[in-house]
Amino acid sequence: MVFVGSDGQLIVPTAVKIVIAGGFGTGKTTMVASVSEIPPLRTEELLTEAGVHVDDLAGIEGKDTTTVALDFGRITINTKVVLYLFGTPGQNRFWFMWDELATGAIGAVVLVDTRRLDSSFPSIDFFEHRAIPFIVAVNCFDGSQLYTVDEVRHALDLDEAIPVVLCDARDRESSKTVLVELIQHSMNRLAAV
Amino acid sequence: MTSREDWWYDEAAGPLVRPYAMVRGRTRPNAPDLHLVTQVRASAFASDQTSLTVEHREIMALCARPLSIAEVAAYLDVPLIVVKVLLSDLIERGDVLVQNSSPKVPDRNLLQAVLDGVRGI
Repeated sequence: MVFVGSDGQLIVPTAVKIVIAGGFGTGKTTMVASVSEIPPLRTEELLTEAGVHVDDLAGIEGKDTTTVALDFGRITINTKVVLYLFGTPGQNRFWFMWDELATGAIGAVVLVDTRRLDSSFPSIDFFEHRAIPFIVAVNCFDGSQLYTVDEVRHALDLDEAIPVVLCDARDRESSKTVLVELIQHSMNRLAAV
Repeated sequence: MTSREDWWYDEAAGPLVRPYAMVRGRTRPNAPDLHLVTQVRASAFASDQTSLTVEHREIMALCARPLSIAEVAAYLDVPLIVVKVLLSDLIERGDVLVQNSSPKVPDRNLLQAVLDGVRGI
């Protein structure tokens, strides 16, 4: 394939990504918006039902298309590196889209709303099973901290190695701290291998 | 007041040109390694654009600076798959340069650069 090189002067940056996961209404897009240098963008992937249920070949002749919307933001690290932050699509039937998002990602932030802890279980299972580095960030809505980090860790049955942090997804500094925590966690994981 | 020419068409009517018309019915890009974050950029030595469609030219204009495929799709407001097909045309012509790295877990140096960058925002 044709790539960089022939004309030298132009740099085509390397892209890296972080996935912001969690249940519906946990503040994923809010977090993306608070640290992104551009207002979050939305892109849509058109899918056929045949793609959604790959094992089910019946009824392909009447393929229905459906769309998966992805919200994402961008942080330009330098002229050679760009970081993208992707919020995961909410509905569980779009798991396969998570695979594309997670492949090659630095890692994931699983946002948790302590009023609905169970909504974060599927995200945690997903990243655990694929051995993708992740941290848990408890989004303290309206400054309310209902539980301690240890209580959340216990309730989610998390391994000691998984960092759990408190945050306010609306706050830029707070969301930055969450990203820094995740990147450090990924670096530690890399060093441990 | 709307002019005579456009009174019959508004946002609610949906796109006048259906996505698959833009790509002449093709549903797969020729360039296989195009992912959400793959970076693309217009070449400094792009060929004559007169034979390109409006959509191709819009992509060329957007890609004057490096962008991800997801950004190109969002700015053009067309589905990702359509952008991938259109971009693969431009890549084949040599008009668009691609960062050809399929997504792989970043190494330590790259992670350190990202860490420093995020701390600095």
